[in-house]
This record gives sequence, C-alpha cells and structure tokens, in this order.
Amino acid sequence: MLISARLYLQSSLLIPLIISGLTSKAILFIMLYSMMNSEVLAGLAINSAQRSIAIAIADEPPDLSSLTTTDSLSIMILGHVVEGLVGYDAHNQLSPAVAERWQIDDKGATFWLRKSARWSDGKPVTAHDFIFAWQTALAPKTGAAYASILYPIRNAEAINKGKMPVDKLGVVAKDDHTLVVSFEKPTPYFLGLTAFVTYAPIRRDFYMKHANSYGAEAEKILYNGPFVIDEWVHGASLQLKKNPHYWRRAQVKLDTIDIPYITSDPGARYNLFKAGSIAFAGLNAEVLKDALKNRYKIRRFVDGVLFFLEFNHRPNRITANLNLRRAIQAVLDPDVLVNKVIGIPGNIPGKSLFPKWLKGVHQQFRVEYPAKEVERDYDLARHYLAQAKQELGLESIPPLVFLTGDSPNASKEAEYFQRVLKRHLGIDLKIDKQIFKQRLARMKAGSFDIVSAGWGPDFDDPITFGNLFASWNENNHGQYRNSEYDRWVAVAENTIEPQRRMAAMAEMQRILIDEVALVPLYERGTIYLQHERLKGVARRIFGGDPYFGFAYIE
Amino acid sequence: MAASRNINFTTDDFKLIDRGSQDIEYLVAEGPSLSYWREAWCRLKMNRRALLSLFTILFLLLFTWVGPWVWTLDPARQDLVQISRAPHLGISALVVDDNFNWSGVIADNELTVNHRHVESLSVEVINNEEVIDNSVLSDDASYSEGLAAPSNLRVVDKPNTEYVRLTWQPVVGAARYLVYRNERQPESATDLGVPLWETDTARDVSYQDRLKLEAITYYYSVVATDGLNESNHYAVIQVDVQQAITFSDAVYSEVLPPEASKLDSIGRMVELQAHPLGTDYLGRDMLSRLMLGARISLFIGIVAPFLYLAFGIIYGSVAGFFGGLLDEWMMRFADFVIALPFLLFMILFKVSFGIGPGESGVIPMLVAMIVLSWPSMARLARGQVLQLREQPYIEAAKLFGASSWHMVFRHMLPNMLSVILVSLTFAIPAAIFTEAFLSFIGMGVVPPTPSWGSMSHDGMKTLMTHPHELIFPALFISITVLAFNILGDGLRDALDVRIRE
Amino acid sequence: MLHYLMKRLAFGVLTIWFIATATFVGMHAVPGDPLMSDKAVSPEIRKHLEQRYGLDKPIMQQYQIYIMNMLKGDFGISFTQQNRRVNDIIAEHFPVSALLGVLAIGYATLGGIMLGAITSLYRNRWPDYLLIVFVVLGISIPSFVFASIGQLMILKVNAWLGFQLLPVAGWGSISHMIVPSLILGLGILAYLTRLMRSSMLEVIHADYIRTARAKGLSSQRIFYRHQLRNAVLPVITVLGPAIAAITTGGFVVELIFAIPGLGRYFVQAVQQLDYTVIMGTTVFYGAFLVLMVTLADLLYGLIDPRIRIQKVA
Repeated sequence: MLISARLYLQSSLLIPLIISGLTSKAILFIMLYSMMNSEVLAGLAINSAQRSIAIAIADEPPDLSSLTTTDSLSIMILGHVVEGLVGYDAHNQLSPAVAERWQIDDKGATFWLRKSARWSDGKPVTAHDFIFAWQTALAPKTGAAYASILYPIRNAEAINKGKMPVDKLGVVAKDDHTLVVSFEKPTPYFLGLTAFVTYAPIRRDFYMKHANSYGAEAEKILYNGPFVIDEWVHGASLQLKKNPHYWRRAQVKLDTIDIPYITSDPGARYNLFKAGSIAFAGLNAEVLKDALKNRYKIRRFVDGVLFFLEFNHRPNRITANLNLRRAIQAVLDPDVLVNKVIGIPGNIPGKSLFPKWLKGVHQQFRVEYPAKEVERDYDLARHYLAQAKQELGLESIPPLVFLTGDSPNASKEAEYFQRVLKRHLGIDLKIDKQIFKQRLARMKAGSFDIVSAGWGPDFDDPITFGNLFASWNENNHGQYRNSEYDRWVAVAENTIEPQRRMAAMAEMQRILIDEVALVPLYERGTIYLQHERLKGVARRIFGGDPYFGFAYIE
Repeated sequence: MAASRNINFTTDDFKLIDRGSQDIEYLVAEGPSLSYWREAWCRLKMNRRALLSLFTILFLLLFTWVGPWVWTLDPARQDLVQISRAPHLGISALVVDDNFNWSGVIADNELTVNHRHVESLSVEVINNEEVIDNSVLSDDASYSEGLAAPSNLRVVDKPNTEYVRLTWQPVVGAARYLVYRNERQPESATDLGVPLWETDTARDVSYQDRLKLEAITYYYSVVATDGLNESNHYAVIQVDVQQAITFSDAVYSEVLPPEASKLDSIGRMVELQAHPLGTDYLGRDMLSRLMLGARISLFIGIVAPFLYLAFGIIYGSVAGFFGGLLDEWMMRFADFVIALPFLLFMILFKVSFGIGPGESGVIPMLVAMIVLSWPSMARLARGQVLQLREQPYIEAAKLFGASSWHMVFRHMLPNMLSVILVSLTFAIPAAIFTEAFLSFIGMGVVPPTPSWGSMSHDGMKTLMTHPHELIFPALFISITVLAFNILGDGLRDALDVRIRE
Repeated sequence: MLHYLMKRLAFGVLTIWFIATATFVGMHAVPGDPLMSDKAVSPEIRKHLEQRYGLDKPIMQQYQIYIMNMLKGDFGISFTQQNRRVNDIIAEHFPVSALLGVLAIGYATLGGIMLGAITSLYRNRWPDYLLIVFVVLGISIPSFVFASIGQLMILKVNAWLGFQLLPVAGWGSISHMIVPSLILGLGILAYLTRLMRSSMLEVIHADYIRTARAKGLSSQRIFYRHQLRNAVLPVITVLGPAIAAITTGGFVVELIFAIPGLGRYFVQAVQQLDYTVIMGTTVFYGAFLVLMVTLADLLYGLIDPRIRIQKVA
C-alpha cells in the first residue's frame, strides 16, 4: 500500500515530459504551414492552366531501353516517348508515324520517312537510326529478349544466333528517308510489328555515348515521341513533358504528365484518385462499392491478356492422357470462375486460345470462326475419367500437381479448381504455389501437371497466340506436340492471303479444343476511373496502355 | 542458500497448501528454497486474471480439438451461393435449374426482335419489375448528342441471384450496346454504375448477368454506342433480385435431400446453410475454418517462439555469463544470423527438406523460424545477464560457491523472466503472421488447410467490403495474444518474490 | 576504448564476409535464376546474357569476382532494373527508408519508454489494462490494415477540413512522413512499452533504489537517475537490431504510401532472384546492422558503467 502511494506521486513527474512534447504551439503552427505549402507544389490530378495531369504507376519501370525492354509498364512509358515507323491512332488503328507511307509485299517493304520527324535534340530521325536499332537489338551481345520479333527481316535470326555479322541484316537505307526491308519469308503481319517498341529507332552516336547505361536515366535516352522524360527519380517519380521537336506537336494537348506516385497497391491508388491527386485509377472488387457510392463514372477495358490452364503433355505425365484432360475440361466452368470466384466486372469467360477481340478477315476472328462450345457435363466427365483410368491402367488418378503463382487471385482460383476436381471427379489437386522465379524454373523443367498461365499478345494478329502451342516455341511449357497443328501454324505464318491464314487459325482453334491442349479460363478485363474532365485517353492492347498522347483537359 | 542443497524432503513439503494467506506467508517467509516454483504457482493461482487467461488458452485448445465434433461443417466445402456472406443463421432461397445457358435474344434486323431460342424458358414479361424510365434524356438532348435510348428494356424470367436476364429493343444506328448495373438509381449518364458488358454486334439485344449477384435491388441501364462514342441516352430498369440456389448446389450442400427430384424441387423455397460467423471469399464456413485453423496457428504460434526463445536464452546467457572472447564470438555469430535474408533461406530450407509440391511445409517452416529467429532473444538475454551478474546477490551467491548453472537458473533466470515473457508474448503473433506470409508465397501450409494468420491475410483484402473475414481471425489472434500477455504478467508477478501486496 | 573499437571493427568485417558468403551460397542453391522471364528467350540469347552478367564462369570464380568487387565497394548492376547500379539503388533509396525509420524509432522509443514507465506505475489498474489492450491489438492486426486505415483517415480528415492537411501518399515533405512513420513505429512502440514496463517493475524493487530512498534522495532524482536509467537497458539492447530492421523492412508502409524506400527492393529482389541486388542489399544491411549493434553496445556501456568496466577489464 505504502509503496503504491509513493509510486502514484512519481507519476506526476511524467506530466511535464508529456506536455513538453506536445504543446509548443508555435512549432505546431510552423509545421502545419509548411505542410500546406508543400501541397501547392505537389500538384493535382489535372491542371487545365498548365495543361498537366498526374497519374500513378504500379512499379518503377524496370527497363527503358527500347532494345531490351519486355514489361508492359516500361512499354507504356516508352509508348509516350519513342515512336516507330508506324503507330496507333485514337481508334487503335495502325497509322503513319515516323513513316509517312509504305509499301509491303511478300518479298519486303519500303518505308518513306517523314522529313519533319526529329529527335528531342532537334536532329532529324533517319533511316539509319532504324537500321542501327535493329542491328543492335539483334546483336547477340545485346541479349535482347524480344530480338525474335525482328526475325521476319532477312538474316535476322542468323545474326541473332551469332552465325552472321550484323551488317548482313536485310535492311538498307536508300537515302536518309527511305528504308528498304527485305523479308526472310512472307510476313503478312509485318506492319503491325513495326509499331512494337523493339522496332523503335536509336541514334548511333547517342547510344555509343552511353553504351552500357542506355535507358538507365532520363538523360540517357534520346526521345522522338510526343513526350520526353524530363525527370526520373528512381522508385519515386517520373515527369513527362511535351517534346518540342515532335513532328505532330500541335496535336499533343498535354504539356505535362506527372507521375509522382509509384505504388502497386490498388487501394492506395484509389485513395489518391479520391483525394484528387491523380486523374486515373484502376478499380478492384474492394473499392468498387465505394466508387459506386461516390457516383464515379466507371469504365471498362479488356487488356488483351488470356489466362488459361496449360497441361503438361510430356509423355511421362498422366496429363498426357486425352481422356483425363477431357474429364477435367468437362467439369471446369469458366463462367462460374469469372462471375462467382473472381467476381470483378470486365473479365470475359474464355472459350478459345484466340480471344474475342482478335481481328479475322473482315470482322472479329471469333465471329467468323466461332469456337466450339464445350458443355459442362459431369456425367460425361466421369465417363471420360473412367476411360482414362482404363487406358492408364490405374485404379484411381494420383494427385495432380497444380503449379501457380503467389498472387491473391492465383491462390483463390487454385483453391476453387482444387475443390471442383475433388467434388466432381474425386481427383486431388496439390497446389504448388511458387514465387516468380521458382515458378518459371518449374515451368521450364516441366515439373507440374497443370499450370496456371497467362499470355499477352505482342502484335495484332491471331498468330501471336496461335504459335504458342507450336512444338518449337520456347514458351510451350507443356510441350504440346502435334504435327498437324505445327503445319497449320506454318501456313498461318508464311502465307500472305488473309482467308487462308484465318482458315488455318480456325483449324488450330479446332485442334486445341478437340485435343484439350489447354483450358481457356478468361480474357482479362479491368475497370477503372478517369477524371471527369480528362478526355481522349486511349486504352489499347498494343503500343503501351494507357496512352495519353491524344488526351486533353476539357 | 546454495550451501543448503542437501535438503531432506518431508511429506509436508508436498502437502497441498490451503488457500489461506497465512500458509503462504509462512511458505514465503520460511519455506525451503526449493519450493520457489511451487510458491510461484500458489501465487499464480491467486491471480484471478492470470487464471482466466489460462482458461482462455484451454478453451482455445478445446475449440480446435473438440469444436469440429460439435460444428461438423467441412471447412473445405465451397458454397459458391454464399460467397463472403456476413454472419447469419439461415436465409431462404429459391431453387432454380442448373442450366443457365440462355442464348438470349437476337434481333433479325434493327427493328424487329426475334426470340430465336425459346427452349424451356418462358419469354413472358414479369410484371413486378417496375420500369422507371425507359428513355431518360440528358439535359439538352439533341440528335447530335448520340443515339436514342433502347426502348422496352425488360427482364425475362424471374430475376434471382443466379441470373438476371435482360432484353431490349434495338436502336437505329447502334453498333453495339453497353450494359451497366448500379446499386442505387442513376442520376445521370455518367452514373450508371458497373460496366458489365459490351455486346458483340447490334443484333445482340439481350444480356444475362451472373456477376456476384446479391439479393438486393439493382438498377440496370443499357446504352447504345456507335462503336466509338457512347450515347448520352440510357434506358434504366429497377430489378429486385431474389436469393436463389441451383438444384445441384442445393443437393450438394444438403439443403435438399439427395433423392429429391429435380422437377418437384425447382421453384421451391429452401433454407440455406447457416454460417454463424459468415463465409469467406470462396463461401467456406468461417467458424469451421477458425476451428481447424487454430491448430496450425497455435502450434506455430506457441511452439516456434518457445523453442527459439529457449535457445536464445541459453545462448545469450552463456555468452553473457562467461563473457570474454567466447561472448564476442557468440554475439558476432548472432549478428550474422540476424542479417541473413529470411525469405531466401526459407526457400532454401524448403528445398533442402525435399518438400514436394502440395506438401505441408510446417516442419521446415518451424525449423527455419527457430534457426533464423533466436538472435534477438539471445541479445536480450545476454544484456540481462550482463546487468544481473553485477548485482550484489549474485556476488553473494558466488561467494557462497554456487555453481554457474545454479546462478544462472536459480538467480538470473527468474529475474530475466519478465523481459523474456514480454518477448514471448510478442513472438506469438509474429510467428502466426510469419506462417501466414510464408504460406501465402507457398512456403508453409498448403491450401485448403486454413490458419488464423492466412485467414487474416486473406481478410485484409476485403477489409472495407466484408470486414468479418478479417475481424474474426484477428479477434482469435488477439485473444490468444492477450491471454498470453496477462498470463505472462501473472507469471511475472508470481515469480517476483519482492512484490507483495 | 580505441582497442575495443578496433576489435569490433575486425569482427564486423568478418561478420559481413560471412553474411556475404552465406548469401552467395544460398542464392545460387535456390532453384531458378535471374535471367528467366515470363517470355522465354532462345538458348543463344541466354548464353550472351550469362556472359554479360558473368554467370557463365565457374561458381568459385564468380564468388571471387564478387568479393573483390565488394571490397572495391562495387555491388554490380541489377538484373531486373536494367543498367542500374546496385550502389545507386542503395544510395537513392536507403536515405528515404532511414529517415522514415529514424522518425518511427524515435517516437516509438520515447513513447515506449514513457508509456512503459506510466503503466508500471499504474500496474494492474485501468491505464495498464487499457494499454495492454492497445498493445495486443497493435500486434495482432497486420500492419497492412493499419496503413490502409491510416490512409483512409487522412482522406476523411481532409474531406472534413475542406483542404488537404496531409497528403494521401507520396514523398517529398515532412507532411508525407507523419502518418507512415506513425504506423511504421506502432509495433516497436507496443514492444518497447511492454518491455519498459517489465523492466521498470524489476528495477523499482531493486536494492539500490531502496538505498537511494534511504539516502533521502528526491523521488524525482531517483526516478530519472536510477529507475529510468537502469530500466532502459533492455530497450537499448533491442533497439540496435530494431533500427536496422525497421529501416529496411517497411515494405507494406512503403507500398501503401507510395514511398520510394529500400523495403520493396529487399522483398522483390528475392522473388525476382536478382542476384546482385540480393547481395548488395544483404551485405549493406549486414553492415548497417553491425554498426547499429556496436552503437547499442557502446550506449549500453555509457548508461551502465559497470558493464563498461567489465569490458575493459
């Protein structure tokens, strides 16, 4: 008792400590003042006086060298600051960019470059800059992951494999503004390829000056697009400014694209949008309700990526059995996956390796050649399963290894599949969740039965999906081998005539569904918010998305 | 004290003590020194709060081991009818057919509508859906502002949580239509809500919505587009959605008997499975998952900290007690272990244990946590020993010729205990969340095995929309931590001979 | 003293060398490699990439090259951040994390000591219980939740005030640091509060306090000079590693508040198996940790003279 009374007294000694920590009003005021001041500088979502907008990106762009870049975020930034021979217009159609006009046949192509195209230092963009970029990308020592996209050019593959010197590349500059390309073989989709970032020009003298650090800093890139990177604080912010030398500068209506926030948390980005700090934000299921409550205009965009389950077709794997694959296909319902399990608006249930948006001869490929509908039929599934067991000589199907990534959605989907297979087929699924590189290592080694995969297209032609299951494709992780399929891929790749190509593609689609090479799950869709006064933002599958080159403030 | 080690025990020493305070006073004042721990136990028993927390821990053990016998729902069962459902004790639902394939309505041309597919479903228009406004025009509507709003937007079949089927009349000049869904009445053309769909062609004049439907009122809007720009004119319809369950789901979740006939059942009302703590993102019962999840979480949360703290204490005590070069080397080794990248070595442990895909990695996880987590406790223990060994009573014990072990365990450990207990109580949630993180990246427990940590990890993502998915597992973790904290405090007080009321 | 410091330095170097070696071995033993990517590359390109990053050499030679470069203070070039030097990554992002960490640790230490002292004075009465509930909630709820709620609170407060008092996210001014550092420090605050409380209770009944009282010292002097000073020792022990951990481990807070700290590189590097970044950050972290631990030990000696005497003897 006595002791605690004394302790009680002591506690009063702490009060001055607390007070001194809190009540220096003057300090508090100074702090508040400094905070408000800083906000004036920080900028807002849109500023019509300065014609600037602010956006957030998910990550630091990993590689801003157009030669070696592979990721969508870097391609989005590069899409604003570099320009190839052709580009995409506001309606996502291929349109003239550095090339004013062109002529393409099955032997090669000629591009006439516009004389007004300039680098950000004012010097003209010439045909030599394209030749240099392409040669450098193909030079083996560059190690460009996307070098294969240049393979339609004559000798490109041999150069990339180190069998020929780079100057043997089938491209010549007739003069400073005429570029003549000869093909290795007829390439019907070549024009679309030239819009890809690897085809962008690079000027030799500038590149040589920064040989080993090209693209690492804002001042170590030469720009020829509508914007230049004015400031790049790694991991923190980027600022794009209008390029004063851009040939179409009169049509660029934004002066500044400010990227002051880098965070991959969708909740944080939504909060920034709500606070009026950014003009553009994606939505997930968690913030959707709040967005509805705030009566924001919600937009939808299908980004072109297809998600699917890929089977391991290696002969020693149980999934090499067709009837087992059929049984699995017959119980998996992409519609339930999309609507109930994922539950985010925008996704389209998958029916084919070829997504709905792909163009065919005249209209959408899938309208011209509809994919065969696969019925969800549990009785049929069990029938297939019984057949599979008989063929394999097994009493029961051993647990299948399901390889997947470590994203929240990936595990949710995996758990759903696990339950469905157990419920309808009595098959156990062992979920093998792996972080990125370990998952890739396992995919490459083929240590899986089923893998959850996704594919984003590289160029606007169905073959970018179709050749994924060609036996020679490095990305064919399940090692699906079908000589008939390979033949059709060859037809689609080497024929100019659209009708024959699309018919070949339709054959490929038929084979994949009949043989259950994969189970298409969904075509990814996203929903997003855009500031009500910001207009003309292009959402596009190719050329970097989103694109603000046509955007303006109302 | 140390000299009097040869004590002859008598039966008196092991007699139960009365609750009367006098006995305790007696014990404390004059009892043989070996009954120190017994004396502490007596004091702990007198601490009601500490006892309560002890019972709480016992309750948690009962909850996980006996609970599943009482609440027998399968924790892995996914009820897609009830995804992320808040706690409830039963909801009635309409049984509907499993076959949702509705080929919809295709317009023959832009003006006439032909019901191409009229299988078993009736094309009659339900009258209880009030059509609010079929052609809301924006403020200054003029022809140039866009295409007209689709007319006669209506619902086909009874709208329920499995499907809502809409159809409308084609609009002249439209290339496609967009379908929106909102949860409150739209105020303008920019307030139509969630964009659900864009039709493929102008002839598609119907849509079946299946997207996470809830038994609430929705406002569906349809807007025509010329292929580039959306019209400002929209048609909107109010739809009251009824809770439904498909026939096969009803049989599967045992709300209908297995022998129920499909024909008789469709259209009937059934009571859905009750979920007193709600369901998670795949419609799994939270209560049964919490029961099962307790096993992993309590195991990892208690065993791992106990083991690595014990190791850390021994390690740190030895280093601090003997001092000198041994101390130096031992502590530098501890620094080395702290600095190792945890995740990388976690992967290594899993690989070296030969844990195959889909196999539980609890043991390598436990080993890794012990191997990588002990140094901070070792540092703390060493610091305490350094401080304590300068205390006069240690000097005194040394003079009496006490052995090192005796001094560490009899004199120093009880005095370090308070600090150790604090570390222990903090190590518990840390271990639970480490397990969750490692399981999330595929290093720990494999799905569908739940754990509290991974349940809160999953619940975080729906914090705003379905808070119960976070609150319940977090509550259980909090209760565990609180119980251990209060028990720890009680233990500390009980072991502290100097504090006496 | 100088002798002691020299000894610590030598040990430090040895520790760091061990860390570097263990990490190097561990990294290469883990399946997968940094050159793998979503879209597969041809074996020819792979060979050139390996050459470029020196992965084609025998592992012992790689190790040798790595250690030699490390001695020169060069951690190499990142695999995932093209053409970016690991040194630059650390130099650009560590100060951000350090600033945030120092703020967090600073308030957590002061707050922890203060709250711990208060609760020990009010042992087993309501302020004590109130605090224990806060502490338990603070450690049983993932920091992601606090960060999200913190951000929402900023939004709500700003909306209520009608102007932007604090920014929702980002980096650049003091106002950007307030809420993130508060959230970052919560766990440490809770821990130090409890630790301090326990330690105070130990000390309050120590003989020297009784002696001081008997001497007739003022209770203020006893509190500050004897109780607090003795009770704060365990806090200092844990502080060293805590500073090191917090300045690099604020991944979640950095993510939600869009702060360009080093935390994300720590997490991403292992997932991406970015060899050079893993090595660079681990070795840097190790060095930082060794420094902090040494400082804590020195501080320890300063506060408790008996320990210093022991060391020198």
